[in-house]
Amino acid sequence: MNVTEATVTDAPGNAPERSAAVRDGLGVGLAVGASGLAFGAAGITAGLSVAQTCALSLLTFSGASQFALIGVIGAGGNLATGVMGAVLLGGRNALYGLRLADLLRVRGVRRLLTAQVVIDETTAVASAQPDRAAARVGFYATAISIYLSWNLTTLLGALGAARLGDPETLGLDVLGPAVFLALLWPRLTAGRTEGRVAAGAAVIALATTPVLPAGVPVMVAAVAALVAIVPPRRRRRPGSPGETDGRSGPGERKEGTAP
Amino acid sequence: MNVWIAVIATGVGCYLLKLGGLVTPQRVLADPRVRRFTELVPVALLTALIAVQALAPDGRTLEFDGPRLAGLGAAVAALLLRAPFLVVLAVAAGVAAGLRLLL
Repeated sequence: MNVTEATVTDAPGNAPERSAAVRDGLGVGLAVGASGLAFGAAGITAGLSVAQTCALSLLTFSGASQFALIGVIGAGGNLATGVMGAVLLGGRNALYGLRLADLLRVRGVRRLLTAQVVIDETTAVASAQPDRAAARVGFYATAISIYLSWNLTTLLGALGAARLGDPETLGLDVLGPAVFLALLWPRLTAGRTEGRVAAGAAVIALATTPVLPAGVPVMVAAVAALVAIVPPRRRRRPGSPGETDGRSGPGERKEGTAP
Repeated sequence: MNVWIAVIATGVGCYLLKLGGLVTPQRVLADPRVRRFTELVPVALLTALIAVQALAPDGRTLEFDGPRLAGLGAAVAALLLRAPFLVVLAVAAGVAAGLRLLL
């Protein structure tokens, strides 16, 4: 790993990868800015002051957790429960940190600052890069552009809450999932395991949504990644249709053998 | 609990979780299966997030919103056509907004 790192960091041929990573980061920052407007407006609608709405973006800096908290406040729910739900939803950032610690390798004060920007978007951009150098550049480009845009647009959204129309009219509610889909796309199409993990995670999250508190289903879906722990199974009976299905390459499959 | 305390507690709690993952000793990742797991965790969590945001935006009840799903479908089409990131987002929001205007 260290050898790879040294090679990729110094190699001049990596400039395109690094500028691509910066482009990814800035693009995400711009796009997420739009949802910051929606969050600022939603904070005011839920009954928070402009200062409280902005403080939430500055301190929490994790969109899903922020929306979860103001959702509870807006609905008149118990504040302690709201805080617990919001923090629980941020639990996935701890899991992201496990991966990012290896990619970023930061120490000391820089690590304390870096921690604040470990979120969905920065993780998605960093893990989408082809090598560690590009992952670092992508991570920090995304972090800086999102931190600035998210906090600025939170303020604008909060100030302009009354004038901003329904975010759904502008299709802004699609931006969240579309951002994550676009970031995840290279991984989803990379391998069969990734696809299976993704499908499993989506099913788990949707199946548990009606029965678990908001935010928990996304955490629970992490168990879909446990596929990685299971050692790759060899086909015990090569002729067995159940095992063949979905495992063998198209070349191995003869026409007419499909059930 | 007043709202300010809730805001600060959420911020501190979320920060500690972020830091927790980052300071976990890398020895934990020595096992290749654990490393593979942490590589796949973002795939699982982000897909789950996409699914929930698309089909249960309030986080509690499943809701099939035609324009929103059509917008996401348009995003998939744009991705298959290798459209740039911002184009994908513009297409997704545009299709959803357009359908809502028409319906």
